[in-house]
Amino acid sequence: IQQVVGRARAAFKAGRCRSLEFRIQQLKALERMVKEKEREILAAIKADLHKCGPNAYSHEIMGLLGELALTMEKLSSWAAPQPVKRNLMTMRDEAFIRYEPLGVVLIIGAWNYPFTLIMQPLVGAIAAGNAVVVKPSEISENTAKLIADILPQYLDQELYPVVTGGVPETTELLKQRFDHILYTGNSAVGKIVMAAAAKHLTPVTLELGGKSPCYIDSDCDLAVACRRITWGKYMNCGQTCIAPDYILCHPSIQSQVVENIKATLQEFYGADVKSSPDYERIINKHHFKRILGLLEGQKIAHGGETDEASCFIAPTILTDVSPESKVMEEEIFGPVLPIVPVKSVEEAIEFINLREKPLALYVFSNKKELIKRVISETSSGGFTGNDVIMHFFLSTLPFGGVGNSGMGAYHGKHSFETFSHRRSCLIKDLKMEGTNNLRYPPISQKKVDWAKFFILKRFNKGQIGLALLALLGIVAAVVWKNHHSVLKRKALLIVLAVQRLGWPNVW
Amino acid sequence: HPYAGLVSHLRTSWLSGRTRPMEYRVAQLEALGRFLDDKKEEILEATASDMGKPCFEAFFSEILLCKNELHQTLNNLGQWMKDEHVGKNLVTQLDSAFIRKDPYGVVLIIGPWNYPVHLLLVPLIGAIAAGNCVIVKPSEISKNTERLMAESLSCYLDNDCYAVVTGGVQETTKLLENKFDFIFFTGSPAVGRVVMSAAARHLTPVTLELGGKNPCYVSDSCHVQNAARRLAWGRFFNAGQTCIAPDYVLCSLEMQEKLMPALREAIAEFFGPNPRESPDFGRMVGDKQFRRVRALLSSGRVATPGGVQEMSPTVLADVLPSDPVMQEEIFGPILPIVVVANMDEAIDFINARPRPLAIYAFSSDSKVVNQVLERTSSGGFCGNDTLMHFTLTSLPFGGIGNSGLGKYHGKFTFDTFSHQRGCLHRNMGLEALNSPRYPPYSQQKMGLVTATFEIKRRGMCTIL
Repeated sequence: IQQVVGRARAAFKAGRCRSLEFRIQQLKALERMVKEKEREILAAIKADLHKCGPNAYSHEIMGLLGELALTMEKLSSWAAPQPVKRNLMTMRDEAFIRYEPLGVVLIIGAWNYPFTLIMQPLVGAIAAGNAVVVKPSEISENTAKLIADILPQYLDQELYPVVTGGVPETTELLKQRFDHILYTGNSAVGKIVMAAAAKHLTPVTLELGGKSPCYIDSDCDLAVACRRITWGKYMNCGQTCIAPDYILCHPSIQSQVVENIKATLQEFYGADVKSSPDYERIINKHHFKRILGLLEGQKIAHGGETDEASCFIAPTILTDVSPESKVMEEEIFGPVLPIVPVKSVEEAIEFINLREKPLALYVFSNKKELIKRVISETSSGGFTGNDVIMHFFLSTLPFGGVGNSGMGAYHGKHSFETFSHRRSCLIKDLKMEGTNNLRYPPISQKKVDWAKFFILKRFNKGQIGLALLALLGIVAAVVWKNHHSVLKRKALLIVLAVQRLGWPNVW
Repeated sequence: HPYAGLVSHLRTSWLSGRTRPMEYRVAQLEALGRFLDDKKEEILEATASDMGKPCFEAFFSEILLCKNELHQTLNNLGQWMKDEHVGKNLVTQLDSAFIRKDPYGVVLIIGPWNYPVHLLLVPLIGAIAAGNCVIVKPSEISKNTERLMAESLSCYLDNDCYAVVTGGVQETTKLLENKFDFIFFTGSPAVGRVVMSAAARHLTPVTLELGGKNPCYVSDSCHVQNAARRLAWGRFFNAGQTCIAPDYVLCSLEMQEKLMPALREAIAEFFGPNPRESPDFGRMVGDKQFRRVRALLSSGRVATPGGVQEMSPTVLADVLPSDPVMQEEIFGPILPIVVVANMDEAIDFINARPRPLAIYAFSSDSKVVNQVLERTSSGGFCGNDTLMHFTLTSLPFGGIGNSGLGKYHGKFTFDTFSHQRGCLHRNMGLEALNSPRYPPYSQQKMGLVTATFEIKRRGMCTIL
């Protein structure tokens, strides 16, 4: 592993991945890989999660192709130096922000969307000009093996190596120095990743999880709300970091909610869910047993059937769930939907705020004001009102957590920025020493006044002041440029005199 | 748990929502402005006692630059707080999509001793502006300023939401055991690691403003006098105790011989024949720092008068990479000159070392400046001058690698202390448009979904 990382760093230092042409060429190759190997990719995902083709395509390939297209199109504008507003002191200088690669970055993937959770960050990391070490989750072993196979066939092998393995290999990887680490997974391991990063002062993006609450207001189209919730909850058999984890609603609508979800489930998966090609399975026995344990002592309003041999758990709804029960303690990550009755939106907000900040928060209501209120009085990584999951698909929105659900964000341009260093640059003229004289010791009152004039921003909301300031600056600059050897002292004195005469009053 | 009560108290204030309304934040920021005005003399005195900070330097860095940030924040807060509406794709065309700037909650700001007011207040301004509750921990090494902050800030800011904690390493360690929602640290890389490790236990995001050795390349084609003055100014400001001070010079043997007299001249011009007696030259903050820096002087050839006993501005020539002065960030009034053959060697020298907070390059040839910029990596960069990129609030200020992570100044401070929350507010109606995404799945549905969700490369048409 040390050698793999060392080679990536040497390749980065050699400078291959700095040119935009190289980065776009690699992204194009990645796009080719996704299109040419589509069948193999879908087959691997099916083997890991029992996910059907169209589902796997829309979850893991479609969004990725979108990111690739967007990134390739926008890269030159994202990577271009960004000029910034200057003040009077720097009016004649070049001031800009350069987007530079960080170096060698590490991407650790998760098993629930094993392909896209590696590929989407990879797109941003390549676009930003980094070398990338990719570590897919060993739990989704078929996809991990596939990625290790096909990535080197399409991408530069030294710059973008794939490392496979379990905990020992990951631990070894985390001992190496990286310039950024993006980890998708759970909070417990997130802490370990950040602690390892701290030893090297490596910045991290942690995409973690939590219990994403879903509040259903009594004033809402329940049929529509429940359809959307059913879709988001049971997709990938509930193994989605932004799945609505539990429902909060008034006890009077609880049974309606259950009926609506039951009806939708029938519509989606038919009478015999187990035989529907569109319903996935739990990833492995460990998680199967874990989720089963959460059902103990609960009132099962629907579902509850399981089959250990195939890791099948039927879509399940629990009612009148107590906040202290086990199912309300950890992120469920399975097809079990608890409903916790609350009497009002105030109670729901209080309930949510007593707990760790979730990755996503959902509210269904016809009342716009109620939705706005929940947004303003809670905190979460992201939010969707009147639907679930959908904020994930809009790449202009930064996708990430807060508090226990993570730090940092990505998607679209945010990926590029996450994997870039924004370097501030100021380029001055080596001549034109005149203005600088006033900052050097020995100090006098005149110099203090200069400092106030040139640097201090006035607290003002008037546009006139700014325009006058700019005009004065331009006049001063032109005068200096044309006659600096003669007039610099005179102009400065004029300007200072004017200031003393009372410009501050105008401003 | 000595600070658990305090943190818990602030958290309760935070949960009450008091710090969220714009009016409240503006009131607190205005109070900070009054603090800077009312306590101007006390600040100048305290920093003079702590490290002999010259009046002008203290006024410029501790007061003027802070007021700048304050005014910029007050002028723009309304704009910064607004929801930022974002572009939408086809499927979300009829929805409201925006980024909400949420405060983190209870944040911790740990300040250093070299610009003890500025480096605490500027982050504080952003933290308040972003709507957080804040615990501020000034450095115990700048004792007088620490006392001033502890005594005065509580008279200006809401004590239920903002607190000052004083103390040394032990107290800071205990403080870091608590859970914060964000930690902003300015100081050394070694302590930066400790802070980040402590933060990792609670999954607390951090901004670390650290340091390193900031190289300064002076090319052969350059206006020597101007370069020397700008270089000397940047190096000897605050007696060299500046995180972005030019730490060492890289130049050719020829240029070294030209630079030395020019630097001597600049030093004489700035501080007179006896810098120790000039009111415009600071001093080391304490004995320990003094002794540390003095030990670095056993390197190279002393090119300036004064030297060892007096800790006056010192230029060392013919310094070797193995010399003591090249092993650590100097943080004192010593400017070593390391001779390199040419620009390429200078760039290799820089790239062989940890990435610094700032890189400087002096040349009348803009191509040379650009080469150094493009072939190196650093927090920030300034061509043909020193320190000045720090004063432009539209430039993000921060490090990379060993010199830090995160950035601030101007709007970047507000952004640093805000959580950018992606929000999508959808329509409850038009459910028919959603049907392609629901099971049971079919090729036909997939086609529709692809068309509405996907972003296509320009030039390919989508009919929908």
